[in-house]
Amino acid sequence: MTRTPDGFATSGPSLPSDIELTTAGLPLAWTVEPNAAERGRILLIACGALAREVLALRAQPSLSHLHLTCLPANLHNHPERIPAAVRTAVEQHRGTYAHIKLLYADCGTGGQLATLCEELGIEMLPGPHCYAFFDGTERFAARAEMTSFYLTDFLVRQFDAFVWRPLGLDRHPELRDAYFGNYRNLVHLAQIDDPDTAQLAKRHAERLGLDFERRVTGYGDLGTAMQGWARSDR
Amino acid sequence: MAENDPEEEIILSELDDTELVEQMFDDLYDGMREEIEEGVRILLDRGWAPYRVLTEALVGGMKIVGEDFRDGILFVPEVLLAANAMKGGMAILKPLLAETGAPTIGKMVIGTVKGDIHDIGKNLVSMMMEGAGFEVVDLGINNAVESYLEAMEREKPDILGMSALLTTTMPYMKVVIDTMVAEGLRDDYIVLVGGAPLNEEFGRAIGADAYCRDAAVAVETAKALIARRHNSLAAG
Repeated sequence: MTRTPDGFATSGPSLPSDIELTTAGLPLAWTVEPNAAERGRILLIACGALAREVLALRAQPSLSHLHLTCLPANLHNHPERIPAAVRTAVEQHRGTYAHIKLLYADCGTGGQLATLCEELGIEMLPGPHCYAFFDGTERFAARAEMTSFYLTDFLVRQFDAFVWRPLGLDRHPELRDAYFGNYRNLVHLAQIDDPDTAQLAKRHAERLGLDFERRVTGYGDLGTAMQGWARSDR
Repeated sequence: MAENDPEEEIILSELDDTELVEQMFDDLYDGMREEIEEGVRILLDRGWAPYRVLTEALVGGMKIVGEDFRDGILFVPEVLLAANAMKGGMAILKPLLAETGAPTIGKMVIGTVKGDIHDIGKNLVSMMMEGAGFEVVDLGINNAVESYLEAMEREKPDILGMSALLTTTMPYMKVVIDTMVAEGLRDDYIVLVGGAPLNEEFGRAIGADAYCRDAAVAVETAKALIARRHNSLAAG
């Protein structure tokens, strides 16, 4: 593994696969030298669905001191389990870090994550979910597109794990319209302008019987939040 | 030859009433709509009252589905298939129930709130409530406060049900309840709320009578609150 002088990986074992990020998350060891004398001051606890985007942002010199660990992305299939998983992760790491930041939005927890963060004294991302902060939370709210079904790059790649299989469409495709009959279009919020991901997203729209739209959002408010947190610690 | 060949075709019409109802429980569980429709017709042909078919064969079967959903044995896709099968049976029974003047426990107006198009949970609640003997007026999706108020004025229900799937839309339930309070209507209705991101605390905070975790709980809660209301009116 190649590391920078302060002990962070710049290359090394490839990032866990999307399937691993979905089911197991990302271990802290991926961004931290196991025997590093200097520990970081800021730890990001993120959803596994954001691992690639957070690491891409973290490649900027101004953000490279942020450590990262990710919880399994498939917690989203049971949002009620997210707060307990976050609490466990925070309690595990809070003795080591001066600041812990949570890279989750509300994510279907009905305000429970915000309540937990208040109790634990940590910050989290604003807005209802990752679609919103990639698009820009305020802009997303202003669009008020209630008949749009959103996918980020990660969800495009993990469509079967997060949409098709959990909804039973692999076994009962006839249920498709019961789930999606009220939707008009699938909007691919693309973090990276990649034609293969775009093609895949378009195919998902066809499978769901929806019109297709694509917006290249970049990292949106995710980058803004990380930069703000990094600056505040300097 | 195997004595219990799993592939052996079951002829519903050859089963006695008890066996047929048990088989219909299995068929509901497995989401077999055509078999349920056939079973309903057979029981009607045998002289069963429509209300008895509904309560003993269909609601009895859906109760098992509801319990297994609650216990994490069945999941949403299976419940949807079971509901679709029950819908097939209900479509046959509904006109007959209207003709025979089957008893009604109460009336409910239900709808998904403004800004929200998700209706799977609401549809399950509607169906289970109908099965339990409630008259249900379904307002569909994306209902503004005016839509709820007009329906309450028009339908004079006992219960208002509101559903939301999104964290961003669930606060709208409070808008509706606050408007009911402002217009002096709140105490005229039982207000039930439900949806994936909700919880009991939220239900209490917005001033609903109850949060219902799933369709089976909605039915039990509705029955209990209607009974309590009748008792308090009787004690009056």
